[in-house]
Amino acid sequence: MTMPRLSIETLSAISLRDGNRPILRRVSLAVDTGEVHGLVGESGAGKSTIAKAILGIVPSQVKITGGRIDFEGRDLLSLSASELREILGRDIALIPQDPSTALNPARRIDAQMTDGLRLKRNLLASEARRRARALLEEVQIRDPDRVLSSYPHQLSGGMRQRVLIAAAFGLEPKLVIADEPTTALDVTVQKQILRLIRSLQERHGTSVLFVSHDLGVVAKICDRVTVLYMGKVVEQGATADVLKSPRHAYTKALLAANPRYDRPDTGLEPTPPEVIAALRAEIAAFDASAMGSRDG
Amino acid sequence: MAEDLLVANGLVVSYGQPRGLFARGRSSATVLHGVDIRVGKGETVGIVGESGSGKTTLGRALLGLVKPTAGSVVFDGSDITALDERARRPLRRRMQMIFQDPMSSLNPRHTIGRILIEPVLLHGLAESHQAARALVYGVLDRVGLSRGTIDRYSYELSGGQRQRVGIARAVVLRPDFVLADEIVSGLDVSTQAQVLRLLKELTGEMHLALAFISHDLSVVRSICQRVVVMREGRVVEEGPCEGVFAAPAAAYTRMLIDAIPLPTIDPGWLTRGASVEATATV
Amino acid sequence: MEHWSPTSTTATTDTGPQPPSVAVRHARDPKVVFAGGFILLLIVVAIAAPLVAPQDPLAQNLLMATVPPVGFTDAEPGFLLGTDGLGRDVLSRVIFGTRVSLTVAFVAAGLACLIGSLLGLLAGYLGNLVDTLISRLVDVWMAFPPVLLSILLVAILGTGLHSVIAAIVVIDWTRFCRVVRTETRGQAQMDYVVAARTIGFSRPAILFREILPNVVPVLIALLTLEMGIAVVVEAILSFVGLSVSSDTPTWGGMIAEGRQIVHEAWWVLAVPLAALFATVVAFNQLGDGLARSLDPVLRR
Repeated sequence: MTMPRLSIETLSAISLRDGNRPILRRVSLAVDTGEVHGLVGESGAGKSTIAKAILGIVPSQVKITGGRIDFEGRDLLSLSASELREILGRDIALIPQDPSTALNPARRIDAQMTDGLRLKRNLLASEARRRARALLEEVQIRDPDRVLSSYPHQLSGGMRQRVLIAAAFGLEPKLVIADEPTTALDVTVQKQILRLIRSLQERHGTSVLFVSHDLGVVAKICDRVTVLYMGKVVEQGATADVLKSPRHAYTKALLAANPRYDRPDTGLEPTPPEVIAALRAEIAAFDASAMGSRDG
Repeated sequence: MAEDLLVANGLVVSYGQPRGLFARGRSSATVLHGVDIRVGKGETVGIVGESGSGKTTLGRALLGLVKPTAGSVVFDGSDITALDERARRPLRRRMQMIFQDPMSSLNPRHTIGRILIEPVLLHGLAESHQAARALVYGVLDRVGLSRGTIDRYSYELSGGQRQRVGIARAVVLRPDFVLADEIVSGLDVSTQAQVLRLLKELTGEMHLALAFISHDLSVVRSICQRVVVMREGRVVEEGPCEGVFAAPAAAYTRMLIDAIPLPTIDPGWLTRGASVEATATV
Repeated sequence: MEHWSPTSTTATTDTGPQPPSVAVRHARDPKVVFAGGFILLLIVVAIAAPLVAPQDPLAQNLLMATVPPVGFTDAEPGFLLGTDGLGRDVLSRVIFGTRVSLTVAFVAAGLACLIGSLLGLLAGYLGNLVDTLISRLVDVWMAFPPVLLSILLVAILGTGLHSVIAAIVVIDWTRFCRVVRTETRGQAQMDYVVAARTIGFSRPAILFREILPNVVPVLIALLTLEMGIAVVVEAILSFVGLSVSSDTPTWGGMIAEGRQIVHEAWWVLAVPLAALFATVVAFNQLGDGLARSLDPVLRR
């Protein structure tokens, strides 16, 4: 049983602006080498907070109060800024959610893509550009030279996301965090992008933490999945198991609330109030015991 | 087959700007290339398409918010494209709209009460302010909002609550036709389910015709009887939902349906249809 | 009229995120309180100047020339902030100077705001030809050098408060027009304007009920800023002697006189300068505070 590449252990966080309201409640999850792990939850569940915690970009009003994020034997939370900078970009990369805001509108694509290559690999400008071109080919862009010379606004959303994916995988990182990478895309483009991520990930053996609110997307690309509700893990396991035989009532409710084109009259079932009440009770009990163990 | 309420024929919408002072030719973008669509009384029709399909423009043309370059929109016998703004006003009560973003469709400086009561008074649906207020309380009850909402501002409400206000505003005048433009995009799946269920109930109760614009085919399936599939300003396919989803006639429709990820385990899904799709020059 | 049957089976509570807590409707912003209080005080002082001022501002007394403020050596009681080169009480002159400054501030800024905003609203809402005409007008107008324009006006109209006000209005209305036009255009794109159209409100009704209330916060901020500018412009014009007659005390005039004897009697320059500074800062802070507390979105 090899050590997982990324291991989050009992990660907890609170919101300082909201009267110390807990945002993450002892979240634990593990991503193996070469695994695509889905992080699913509705908005406010804490999924992007986890992603930000890994990358060290948690906003100032959020405070991490406990746990560790183990990456290749080192706790990312205990590293200094410069140590973290070493790892980011080289070993851990991000595919952001919105391709239109993730790229600098005033700089050409080749400049933005070669930044990382030149910084981390000390490549010369010409070598970096060649590598960028090769990366664009890898993400199946037919005309890489044209794209390299373009500005972001000249490219479509799907194209921009391909560029970002190329940049993320470009340094051959060990872990890629994909933060809702297809939410802003048309459904046909989404499929192409998911296929792309999967093939790149298989080819390079990269681990992926795939954050999404869409159970359908997670079903198609993730090997394992963690379901979050209000910062607490409610279910975790192989995607097949969780989808076919969900154990927690919330997971079942989520599945029932999803509309399906192959089944009319789905998508009209909101989470039943009993489930919400039970969840709230679960969370309250958890918070109470957490307080107790802190005082004790 | 429901009796027709809204029929559009040959709708063409272009945005054109003459070049310079000496117009040597128009640089124009044609968004709709001759679209036909009909909505029957009490019928829910889904209008689906990806970005650039022209679905939003079609919706606005149906409501008379956008002037078509060609074609006609006939609402209950009257050609609204031929009418000017003043003549169209009496029809306004009967055709309403729900917007995608409740934040930008609810005036932040107005209380919810003001947003709902003023249209009632404008169209004379209540004799006094008191009566209007009572009517609005009734609508709030129906859409599942507390009566206290009447004194709130939009920014004090959650996304789902705001969308309910949007629905309330659309139905408070008891229209015959409502256009819903991407109203559940951006909502959590559970909130989405509540909103869709409410809408379905209301259209049934009020015998309301509904044109439901969405990029999400699964959502359309859940509440629509018929569906119109659009691509780049043209209707690609249309028909009863059951038929279109079970056996799509157009290749584009098949591609759209196939691209939808269902929450099921399907190992071949990712690689299926790879050669047919648009290549990465898009 | 059929009434609504509350047969809703849908839950009345969302499972969505908690709504933000209700903001205190009329939050007492400290900026508004302090700056507003100061301006109010100035207004009172200006109106009640003859009662508040200890001395006659025009009374010259060469025996009491350049007396320093109380607290320094050779100070005289009754002349709290000293006297100028002609023995006139500095404090009383500053108090009377408030009248000129505030009159200009409110009248000039108010008129510029009125004219500019009206044109800006029309341009932003009606668009097309109206917008093109008004925008071109603004462009051409702003091409004239403001200093030249004001001197020209004074030359035509003669020196005096009316020229100062005219000069400010003629030059600064364009600032309001541009800002209001942009805000109005932005508002006109909002979905709630489209919603108002679908409900059937008339175009003028939409302009005044939906758009104007959302333009007002920006307008107020700009107005108070303009008041501060007006005060400074008046000071500059009276500094060069183009404002009211030299008998009426003005801060600018006092600064001009004080500049010449700054080495012997620094207070003659310092006091009106401080008054000017404090007034402009107060206007700016008031504007900032008002913009915040009037804007429901920012107030959260």
